[in-house]
Amino acid sequence: MVRALLNVPKRARVGEIIEIRLLISHPMESGQRRGPNGQPYPRDIIHSLRAEFDGELVVELDLYPAIAANPFFAFTMQAEHSGTLSLTWIDDHDTVQTEHAQIEVA
Amino acid sequence: MIRRHFLTIAATAAIIHPAHASQAEIAALIRELAAGRPVAKGRITLEVPELVENGNAVSIVAHVDALPGEVRAIHVFANGNPLPHVLTARFGPRAGRPRIATRFRLATSQTVTAIAEMADATLHSDEVDVLVTLAACIE
Amino acid sequence: MRHALFALLLLTPLTLAAAPRSGHDDAGLSIQAMQDDDTQNPGMLWVAQGEAMWDANAGTGQRCASCHGAITAMRGVAARYPAWDPTQNRPLSLWQRINHCRTDHQGAEALDVESDAMLSLTAALGHQSRGMPVSIATDGPMAEVIETGRRLHQTRQGQLNLSCAQCHDDLAGHHLAGSRIPQGHGNGYPEYRLEWQTLGSLWRRVRNCLTGVRATPYAADSAEMVAIEAYLAARAQGLNVETPAVRP
Repeated sequence: MVRALLNVPKRARVGEIIEIRLLISHPMESGQRRGPNGQPYPRDIIHSLRAEFDGELVVELDLYPAIAANPFFAFTMQAEHSGTLSLTWIDDHDTVQTEHAQIEVA
Repeated sequence: MIRRHFLTIAATAAIIHPAHASQAEIAALIRELAAGRPVAKGRITLEVPELVENGNAVSIVAHVDALPGEVRAIHVFANGNPLPHVLTARFGPRAGRPRIATRFRLATSQTVTAIAEMADATLHSDEVDVLVTLAACIE
Repeated sequence: MRHALFALLLLTPLTLAAAPRSGHDDAGLSIQAMQDDDTQNPGMLWVAQGEAMWDANAGTGQRCASCHGAITAMRGVAARYPAWDPTQNRPLSLWQRINHCRTDHQGAEALDVESDAMLSLTAALGHQSRGMPVSIATDGPMAEVIETGRRLHQTRQGQLNLSCAQCHDDLAGHHLAGSRIPQGHGNGYPEYRLEWQTLGSLWRRVRNCLTGVRATPYAADSAEMVAIEAYLAARAQGLNVETPAVRP
């Protein structure tokens, strides 16, 4: 599956607040749901997500099993100079995934 | 008859109860977060539909009436879920508006609470009561 | 006055059946927003995957794009399915058509209707026709297929002895438990159902209806399933393709 769809404006003005939208393909198995044999499916969620712009923190999320499957996140950042936005998330299998986007600020 | 009715309710409550966070559990979580500080109503706004057709993916937006840099974190709790903590968003120096949107699960009709933790260490909250309707034709 | 009201109540189901109404309009505003905004629509994850598969080698190396060109050239195609296939002398659903491409031309294995790969391809193709009217052929050999589907739609089935039409024609717009009964159109498939927490095919939804009335579900590859799909498409004329739709 395509891992994620990241939507960010390619260009921004200095000081502009821009919105970052992210859709991730992930079951977010809560560990609460039971299978046909009555046993719960093992928990498998993305438990943390971090957004940085050229190494500076934008937002950091601690996530719990209540987050929906194929999760969606939207938040904003303030653009002061051109650079690279990087989003990194980790799930219960310790799988680390990263998406990058270049933003031109003028 | 009345007694039997009461027993049914008591038995049902005993079965259902473990699947939901207790008020005490929520209160303990918020107490831990507050660490002695008062939690004032307002400044933060929680947007959740009041009537939800399916609790598997409910849109939620939490935003604080404040400038970038004035908010340290937003916490969201759902008191009717088996695990009440939904998320914590901590804002860094590059954050824009203090706002976070996502989709989350609601096990049943319940109260959702958002708490903003400001840079000046004050705490602000908002609550929404959500009604989750029962679907008929599910797999 | 009372008589007029009564007549209006009686007429309501007929009026509903005459004017197709998308399940989109029956859903809550937040679910509508989830479908309408591509940056929020989880079905777009499958569309993106299907578009990548279109341009990638499959089986012994033929890409979909090798014969068909860019996927954007497929605009309007999904809106015409199910369609009659003269070489096989039977109607094919879009996923069956894709499987014939795979086995006959690409040297690739056939995919299961509910596999992520097939849902991605059907979602990507359906998406090319989004906003275009559902426009299945209703003449020629398809006329008989649609008639078969119409009969199946009106046949009582299962231990509950209910037909599709009893709920989705006669009672559409009324409520069952907390849910509004939709007219049951297929114009948004594959669609993302919050209940499923994933994308799924029309076959999965029809199977859900049939097991719900305690009837034996149609096999995905059966003549009955294609006939029902064809009838639903003929019945949905006037609605636009919404793939990937989002429903509760």
